[in-house]
Amino acid sequence: MLAHYGYKDGSGEYFIIIDTEKCNGCGNCVKACPYNVLELVPNDFDIEGGMMAAVREEERKKIKYTCAPCKPTSGERKLPCVESCDQEAITHSW
Amino acid sequence: MASQKKEFWRWPEYRRTVPDVDWRSGDIITAGVDIGSVSSKTAIMVDGELYAYAIMRTGSSSPDSAIKVTNWALEGTGMKLEDIHYVVGTGYGRVNVPFAKKAITEIACHARGANFIWGPTVRTVLDMGGQDCKAIKVDEKGKVKAFLMNDKCAAGTGRGMEVFADLLGIPIEDVGEISLQVKEEPPPVSNTCVVFAKAEATALLRKGWPKEKVLAAYTSAMAHRVVELLLRLGVEKDFVITGGIAKNIGVVTRLERELGIKSLPMNPKYDPMIAGAIGAALFAKALVELQRKRA
Repeated sequence: MLAHYGYKDGSGEYFIIIDTEKCNGCGNCVKACPYNVLELVPNDFDIEGGMMAAVREEERKKIKYTCAPCKPTSGERKLPCVESCDQEAITHSW
Repeated sequence: MASQKKEFWRWPEYRRTVPDVDWRSGDIITAGVDIGSVSSKTAIMVDGELYAYAIMRTGSSSPDSAIKVTNWALEGTGMKLEDIHYVVGTGYGRVNVPFAKKAITEIACHARGANFIWGPTVRTVLDMGGQDCKAIKVDEKGKVKAFLMNDKCAAGTGRGMEVFADLLGIPIEDVGEISLQVKEEPPPVSNTCVVFAKAEATALLRKGWPKEKVLAAYTSAMAHRVVELLLRLGVEKDFVITGGIAKNIGVVTRLERELGIKSLPMNPKYDPMIAGAIGAALFAKALVELQRKRA
């Protein structure tokens, strides 16, 4: 499942997309995020599912700002959460 | 003395029992309680068939709303809360359903409910709720493949439509029809925010625009906003709409026009507002079966 956490407003689209098929619930991204945006939650979508990474409820409406310090202003730089994920389960829409 | 003002936004609350289902001979009785931001729904299912349901407005306390709406659904059936084997709570107030054994996100429940109501061909579900809007892609089993939710603001939600019904003095059940009574489509209101859109609409009324034209302008702005959200996930057939707005023909028509895809018509057996509660009750049934298998 592609879980889109975030929002769209007049200034653009801000979504952190977590592929729950790839996410193994290791929690590396939770530790890697310097602003505590991510957490591990039980996978509600599958009755027998385990844990999966998700964007914390309180952060979902402000990730444009919370994630801004990690975003490169020029050149290429990988985001800590994306970098930490061995499964390549995390992408950002912006 | 001013006469009491009519509440145009108030939509009808009701309950229903499906007469040809006998709950006493049922093996698994489950309930889904969907406490939304605006409406609360309880669906009671007997062996995976809808038996009774109730829809009412959510009050200031989620536990009270959950108890009230469930008692109402049970009313006149002879069934008691203790007769229900498993209750799953869902929706915005899902953790506040006192008698629910489990809370499941409404996204999963709407996907499951839409699969039940419209069948396995459903691929895209748009839930237009009271205070948020969700786009969900599902597989043939009703499992979520992708989802996106917007609850950052009330534009494109039922609450926004309630505000406009009230402003224009048109009962909420009629706004859809009336918004289609325009000869040509006016330009949509430019504000997406409900508060600003209301101010814009007031200005348009002052300019002499008739009510239906203002309503059309707002409805098309709302549809446009939702389409933008849907296109991020991509829309595949069959496409269905759940939630209260599914009953608003004005929004649905404009959505379909902009997407170039028709949505499946409402199934008269099931109110689109109870899709989430039905999904929750179906999850409850699966959980009972899982328990029995393990026991």
